[in-house]
Amino acid sequence: MRGMWFVFCRELRSYLYSPLAYVVLAVFLAIGGYLFSVVLLATRLADLGAYFSNMGLILMFLVPILTMRLWAEEEQRGTAEFLLTAPVTVGQVLVGKYLAAAAIFLIGLGCTLLYALILARSGQPDWGAIWGGYLGFLLLGLAYLAVGLFASALTGSQMVAGLLGFGLLLGFWIIGWLAQALGGRVGEVAQFVTAVGHYEDFLKGVVDTQHLLYFGSFIGAFLLLAAECLKARHGS
Amino acid sequence: MLTVEGVSKRFGPTVAVQDLSFTVEQGEIFGLLGPNGAGKTTTLRLITGYMPPTTGRIKVAGFDVATAPLAVKQRLGYLPENPPLYPELTVREYLGFAASLKGLRRQGLVREVARVMEEAGVADVAGRLIGNLSRGYRQRVGLAQALLGSPELLVLDEPTVGLDPVQIAEMRRLIKELAAQHTVILSSHILPEVNQLCQRVLILNQGRIAAQGTPASLAAATGGRQLEVTVKGPVAEVAALLAALPGVRAVRQADGRPGQEPAATYFLELLPGEDVREELFFALAARGWPLLEMRRHQLSLEEVFLQLVTEEEPANGGGNPN
Repeated sequence: MRGMWFVFCRELRSYLYSPLAYVVLAVFLAIGGYLFSVVLLATRLADLGAYFSNMGLILMFLVPILTMRLWAEEEQRGTAEFLLTAPVTVGQVLVGKYLAAAAIFLIGLGCTLLYALILARSGQPDWGAIWGGYLGFLLLGLAYLAVGLFASALTGSQMVAGLLGFGLLLGFWIIGWLAQALGGRVGEVAQFVTAVGHYEDFLKGVVDTQHLLYFGSFIGAFLLLAAECLKARHGS
Repeated sequence: MLTVEGVSKRFGPTVAVQDLSFTVEQGEIFGLLGPNGAGKTTTLRLITGYMPPTTGRIKVAGFDVATAPLAVKQRLGYLPENPPLYPELTVREYLGFAASLKGLRRQGLVREVARVMEEAGVADVAGRLIGNLSRGYRQRVGLAQALLGSPELLVLDEPTVGLDPVQIAEMRRLIKELAAQHTVILSSHILPEVNQLCQRVLILNQGRIAAQGTPASLAAATGGRQLEVTVKGPVAEVAALLAALPGVRAVRQADGRPGQEPAATYFLELLPGEDVREELFFALAARGWPLLEMRRHQLSLEEVFLQLVTEEEPANGGGNPN
C-alpha cells in the first residue's frame, strides 16, 4: 500500500517536471473554453450537456497522450528493471501510476468548475444535470485513463502506446453504432459495452447504479489487464 | 547465499541460457564472464526476478525467487547494465524514492541515503538533476541505489562499463570494499577485471557453463602450461622439430621477421602434466641449434577464456549436440 503511494508521488512529480502534462492541460482547457463559449453564445442556455458531450470526444484524443508514457517510458529508460526488482508488487506500481495520471486529469476537471460558477451567476442552471455531467465526465476520464495505462503496459514504445490507446478508445466509442445498425441481442450488448451510452445518461442528470457499476468494472478490468500483461512479460 | 539449479531461459525458439547450476557463498565476489550475448545479463535478470526462468529454481538466502519474490527482492540490490535512473529527478530525490520503495522511512531513510551517497561517491552531486550527470556519475548513482538498505546480495551487471580508467579503478576498489558486508555477483566481459576482483568465476559461452572455479584453478585445469623458447636455427626445421616432441600440443612462432634474425622465438603449448624441457634441450643440442632462452608461462585467465570460447564454437556450429 505504501509502495503505491511512493510510486504515485514520483509519477506526479515527473508529470509536473515535464512539459507534457502542461501541454495536455492547456489544450484541454483551451478547446474546452472555446466549446463552452460557443455553445453558451449560440444557445443562451445555462446547461453543460453539449459541452460535456463534445469534451467526451476531445478526451479520447488527449488521454492517450497523457498516459502513453506511464509504463512504456519505464521500459524505454530501463527503470522498469528497477521497479520490477524492488520489493513492491506490480499492482502497487500500476495503481500508483494510474492515480498520478488521474490527479492530472482532476486538475483539469477542477479548472472547468469555473464554467459552473459562470452559469450560476448568469442564469438558473439545472444543478442535477450539471453535477451529473461532472460525475459522468469524471468517470469517463478515469475509464479512459485505465485504457491508456493498459495500452502503455503493452509496449516499450510510447508512440505505439499512444496510438493503441487511441484506437481502443475509438473502438469503445463506435461499437455503440452497432446498436442502431443491427438492433436485437447484438445491438443490446453493443449498447451496454460502449461508454457513450452510459456517459450520456449522466449528462441528463441520471445517476444510475448500473452506470456506476459499468464504469467501476471497466476501470477495474483494464487495470487488471495491465497488471496481467506485465506479469506475463516479467513473471512474478 | 545464492543457489541456481538447472536454470534455463528460452525466448521463443532462442535459448538464452541453458542448464545453469551454481552456488555463491556468503561474502564471496562471484564473477560471470563471457563474450557479448553469452547470457550474462539474462542470468542476472533471472536471479533478481525481473523475469522468470523457463525451467529450474533460484534461491536467494533460502527464499525461492518464484514463490517468495518480495522476500528475495528485499534482500538484494541490483545495478542493471543501464543504470535505471529518472533524468528529471535530482540524485537525492531519486535515492529517496528508491529507499522508500525498499521500505526505509523518515530518519532512517535520510541517513541511509546520505550513507550510500558517501559510499558511492555521489554526495557532491546530491542536488543535481540526474539528466545532467556524466556517464560515470550515473553509474555510481545506480550503484548507490543498489546499496540502499545494505542488501545481503549485490547483483552488478557490467559495473565498470562506460567508465574512464580512473573511475574503473575506483569502482573496482569500491566493489572489493563492499565484499566485506555483502555477497557480490557481477558480470563482465573484461578478463583482468574478473581475475582481479573475483574469488570464483563462471565462464558462460552461448548460454552454457563453459567452466567454473577460481581464476587460478581454471588456468591450471584447462590450459596447463606454455613454454617460450628462443632458438638459433632454420625456422621451419626448428618448428617441425619442436612440434614433434612428445607432450607438445601446438607450436606457434612469435611475431617477427623470419630470415632476418638467425634466432626466432616459439611458443609451445603443452599437454597438461607434461614437462618437455629436458627432451627439448637434448633434441636441439643433437642438431646443433643453440637454445638461447627458455621460459615457462602459466596461462592467464584471458587465454583460458579464449581457449574455452573458441573450442566451444565448432561443437555448437555443427548442429544441436543435445
